[in-house]
Amino acid sequence: MNTGADTITVDRLTRRFGDFVAVDDLSFGVHQGEIFGFLGANGAGKSTTIRMLCGLLLPTSGTATVGGVDVRRDPEGVKRRIGYMSQKFSLYEQLTVDENIRFFAGIYGLSRAKFEERHRFVIEMAGLEGRGRSLTRDLPGGVRQRLALGCAILHEPPIVFLDEPTGGVDPLSRRRFWRLIDTLSAQGVTVLVTTHYMDEAEHCHRIAIMHAGRLAALGTTSELKGLFRGRSIVEIDTGNPVMAMRVLQDAPAVEKTSVFGTAVHAVLRHGDDDLAELRQRLTAAGLTVGAIAPVEPSLEDVFLDVMDRRAS
Amino acid sequence: MRMRAAVRRTLVLMWKELLELKRDPRLLNIVILAPVLQLLMLGYAATTDVRNVPMVVADADRSVASRQLIDRFNDSPYFTVTHVVTTVDQVDPDLTKGTAWMALSIPAGYGNHLGTGVPQTVQVIADGSDSNSATIALGNATALLAGYTKQLVAARSPAAAAAGFDARIRIWFNPRLESRDFMVPGVLALLLVVVTAIMSSMAIVREREIGTLEQLNVTPIGRGELIVGKLVPYAVLGLVDVVLVIAVALLWFQVPLRGSLALLFVLTLVYLLTALGLGLFVSTVSDTQQQAMMTAMFFFLMPMIYLSGFVFPIANMPRVIQWLTYLIPLRYYLVIVRGIFLKGVGLEALWPQAAALAVWGTAILGLAVARSTKRVR
Ligand SMILES: Nc1ncnc2c1ncn2[C@@H]1O[C@H](COP(=O)(O)OP(=O)(O)OP(=O)(O)O)[C@@H](O)[C@H]1O
Ligand SMILES: [Mg+2]
Repeated sequence: MNTGADTITVDRLTRRFGDFVAVDDLSFGVHQGEIFGFLGANGAGKSTTIRMLCGLLLPTSGTATVGGVDVRRDPEGVKRRIGYMSQKFSLYEQLTVDENIRFFAGIYGLSRAKFEERHRFVIEMAGLEGRGRSLTRDLPGGVRQRLALGCAILHEPPIVFLDEPTGGVDPLSRRRFWRLIDTLSAQGVTVLVTTHYMDEAEHCHRIAIMHAGRLAALGTTSELKGLFRGRSIVEIDTGNPVMAMRVLQDAPAVEKTSVFGTAVHAVLRHGDDDLAELRQRLTAAGLTVGAIAPVEPSLEDVFLDVMDRRAS
Repeated sequence: MRMRAAVRRTLVLMWKELLELKRDPRLLNIVILAPVLQLLMLGYAATTDVRNVPMVVADADRSVASRQLIDRFNDSPYFTVTHVVTTVDQVDPDLTKGTAWMALSIPAGYGNHLGTGVPQTVQVIADGSDSNSATIALGNATALLAGYTKQLVAARSPAAAAAGFDARIRIWFNPRLESRDFMVPGVLALLLVVVTAIMSSMAIVREREIGTLEQLNVTPIGRGELIVGKLVPYAVLGLVDVVLVIAVALLWFQVPLRGSLALLFVLTLVYLLTALGLGLFVSTVSDTQQQAMMTAMFFFLMPMIYLSGFVFPIANMPRVIQWLTYLIPLRYYLVIVRGIFLKGVGLEALWPQAAALAVWGTAILGLAVARSTKRVR
């Protein structure tokens, strides 16, 4: 997995807080220009990992390099090569849009000419033309996130860490944000991003699923979906998904079930040969059943499956 | 080149800090209203002058001389004779009820014996439940009686007076006997440390709470740059307070300034640095603004106030505690501010205190820099 060309290498990275192991023996690599997604339940250790990679938190053991720089030995060197958007809001709310840009440009030591160019770039990417004098506090969430990203990459870093950049943002703004991530990646910038949204995760080149501080799965979307090889998923349309789940749990062919929108997804142990039996069971329990059709596993199915297997 | 980049970052941080402060709606209250109001309030409250003490007189003599003595008390700004009774046991109800704080008893035959050489004893009884006020009122009464006696003697026998009767009461440095002249500079010292230390204790921890500190920590900004960039804007606000508070002391309370205003200003600036350094240090070791506030208040400011000599005289403290007071910057500044205001002394007398403050300020700022890490261990 770790090729020599990786811009980020993580090797047995571990972080403890007292007795608690927040990140446990983590190893992976990220290629240059890749959009690398981090999935995991709350508290899985995603932010802790990112903070170690940004030189903000000292690893308890293990090593990592970012842009060829050891995070343990030279955190300041790492910081010069990265942009970082933390999970918390990272702009000054009492400052205007222009003032925020000017502040970060000043801290990063941009020259005057460079500043003009980057200022224009940020205003444009955030869609803030003519709003330079608005207080940041008064901007809508989606716009603020784009501005925060702009301020985090003012100095044009080759590697960017984004920790839940689209939390609490409407779908349209999320899509717009991801177009920015695509653009960065197309320019050769490596992006490591955490998210709780499956549609966003599908957008990543590769995805790492974390569970309780450990790496539970890693691969492209289709590689991860391959975890279901030999099993199949059927989607069952029913008026009462909760009841249907209870009935299906007793069927020997069913490994497990989960609610998927208004339907139920059932993971079957060996192929889709028992569909008639499932329908029988459900109708016998007095449920109205619509279509039962095999479906491609979604990333959400994969995620829940990985979580389940880790938990047991 | 490196240096220039560092200076630029520091300046940019100061600029940002001032902008944020300017837009903080609480700023006016914290920087201007609160200090002035507190100085006004404390200036009036923290006075040990005891005036218009209600007094009951047991006059068993009822002579011209006794009435003269009573008038003498009544005319003094320190006493008000509420009423006159005849025997000493009649003063009791007034003292217990609190309608009088003090009683004067004049024995029968006082008038007749005056000037005959027979020693006369008048008795002063004070309500000791507020021992502070009682002591002061008794002092005033003693002074008044001494003055009166001297006058009587002089009237009857000028020779004796010339021979050197002396009441042996002398007041130094504060001849107007205004305790306010003594207290207001102290309140000024107290106020400056409280306002500036609390203000600056919010400086870094606020950014930690919002999340912007983490953002700053991935930038090239250095630890010293962070501390200096935060210090200077708050020093500017502190200076506004210094001017304001000194102006109120001089113009409103009319505390006489016997020494140099320029020296007062310069040494106050040094004092300001210690207070700001203290606040910033607290800010670097706290996780939340509330925690910073509590730490500043209970671990630093309160002990400082109690041990500085502002509330209790240092000379009366146990030896160990006396040693402890050397750690307290307020102690040095009190000497400085009272010295310049009341005694009019200059740097030739105050340099040890000034040096102590400078060392203290440098040390605490160094500690703040050392404590503000860009990476969590
Ligand atoms: N400074 C700290 N001290 C103690 N425990 C911590 C600290 N920082 C994080 N943790 C713990 O480490 C675990 C992992 O936290 P982390 O923030 O990395 O999770 P996460 O995957 O980012 O979760 P979320 O999706 O909620 O952001 C959590 O249980 C958290 O409580
Ligand atoms: Mg997180």
